[in-house]
Amino acid sequence: MSILVYALHYEGEFNKNSLGAVSEGAKLAKELGGEAAAVVVGGDDLTDELCATLGNYGVSKVYRAKAPEGLAQPVVDVMAKVIQDEGFKYALFGGGLLGFEIGAGLTARLGAGVTMEVTAVKAQEGKLVAERPILQDSAIVDVGYVSEPGIIIGRLNAFDIAEGGDGSAEVVDVDVQLEDHSTKAVMVQRGEQRGADVNIEDADILVAGGRGLGKAEGFELCESLAEALGGAVAATRAVVDAGWYPYAAQIGQTGKTVAPKLYLAAGISGAIQHKVGMQGSENIVAINKDPNAPIFEFSDLGIVGDLNKILPKLTEAVKAKKG
Amino acid sequence: MKICVLVKEVPDAAVEKRMDEGTKRLDRSGETTLNQFDTHAIEAAMQIREGGAVEVDEIVAVTMAPSEAGRTLNKAVALGADRSVHLTDDSLAGSDVAATGYALAKVLEAESPDLVLLGQQSADGECYTIGAVVADHLKMPSLTQVIKLDVEGGKLRCERQAEYGYDTVEVELPAVISVGDAINEPRYPSLKAIMGAKKKPRDTKSAGDVGIEADRVGEQGSRTEVIAINPPPQKEAGEIIEDEDTNETVEKVVAWLEERKLLA
Repeated sequence: MSILVYALHYEGEFNKNSLGAVSEGAKLAKELGGEAAAVVVGGDDLTDELCATLGNYGVSKVYRAKAPEGLAQPVVDVMAKVIQDEGFKYALFGGGLLGFEIGAGLTARLGAGVTMEVTAVKAQEGKLVAERPILQDSAIVDVGYVSEPGIIIGRLNAFDIAEGGDGSAEVVDVDVQLEDHSTKAVMVQRGEQRGADVNIEDADILVAGGRGLGKAEGFELCESLAEALGGAVAATRAVVDAGWYPYAAQIGQTGKTVAPKLYLAAGISGAIQHKVGMQGSENIVAINKDPNAPIFEFSDLGIVGDLNKILPKLTEAVKAKKG
Repeated sequence: MKICVLVKEVPDAAVEKRMDEGTKRLDRSGETTLNQFDTHAIEAAMQIREGGAVEVDEIVAVTMAPSEAGRTLNKAVALGADRSVHLTDDSLAGSDVAATGYALAKVLEAESPDLVLLGQQSADGECYTIGAVVADHLKMPSLTQVIKLDVEGGKLRCERQAEYGYDTVEVELPAVISVGDAINEPRYPSLKAIMGAKKKPRDTKSAGDVGIEADRVGEQGSRTEVIAINPPPQKEAGEIIEDEDTNETVEKVVAWLEERKLLA
């Protein structure tokens, strides 16, 4: 076997980024002349039927272990065992928080090389080479592995979901004795939704606010403009963590991925974790007072100025234009 | 309780970061400073000390850096650390994430802290992973991106945002915790703290001092190799408007939106 892919699930459903990674792993394994398998870790909702569906994305086998969910270290124990017992050459993860933690833990456990934030993987002379953007995406390095296994942690949305496998994967139960330290973190509450349940994924127009709004009340400016444009309001992780706006409206690494016709970013610097959730938008407009903000590197229209002055006037002008 | 805070020396924000084509490593010449993400970890340590739920005997700033690292460690101490440890050795140059995590774990092993804190990422490497690497070597439980941290009954109660919302996790000590930048607003050091920083003890350790095996660090201990450095795909530069007359700016923006049929 050549590539082992971690598939994250929650409440009986696989994570989209994991399905992308499973598809990518299957494709790459074929190019290497080998096979890919998936590994799942959790409780009773990992039914035979659910696990077997990973075959749709190209893997022939699914290793399943019973262990606590939502924490990285139990998965490190499971994957280390499967990789060593079955001789996998690579471990692959889609974007997301857990993938980073599990991949890093495996790196230490197996004395392996790791590349993170990977945007593409290619097979070259029977080996995998990971493409990784560095220094705020100003350069891309090709990273190879000098030993096995190699750990590859994808960036959010790096890998496309591709159905077209044989439909059903063989499910193999794995019995793993967890390391002591892997049992010393206990999930008290998982997946708490903070703030109102808002829908931003269906909107054609999004007005997104970041720390540059200055305070929670700053979102009123975004809401007025969104209303005038007929769109919805989105937010960055920083302001959601600060409690200024609901988690359901968050774009990026641990939030939503969107691709509206217009994405208007107000007071958002444009960190990579945000960029990965909105760079597919058709038109990106950014307002920021810092001319060096990274967001201007990937916006179609950038306005360097004070959003407190610009947003109210823009709202009025849009209203007037739309009648 | 003894807290070790891992800190990193990074190029100053004003220095343009670039890769050295010859060594395929980050060019580390020029002014350096304390990674700003790490200031949140030092502040978190200070808040545990001041919170009173547990007695904090010592806060130690730990770094691995090729240079003298004076500015970085002085800043870490000025922000609240009682002393600092500087791991430096020519054999460490060129270490990748795996090798760096191993080396830091060996220094920490020698310190034997109850809690290891670090920032969520470095401003230059953007790896997000060093905490989890260190934790596995130390065989300690670990969480990254923690935005609320409380000590309760000898355990940590941590909150963080993960894939499906906010998670609350109880973690036994000793543990390795990386904190997100939303966890706190780091304080500004007082003039007195800045002046006093140079007088606080600083230990300089070599790889041999902490039992680092030479073949597991540096270029030869690294399991990845940079094969090539390429420019990113060219994206057409966007239009930029400097807002001087806001009425005029808004007019231009509306015209731009209209042209793209976004005001229909």
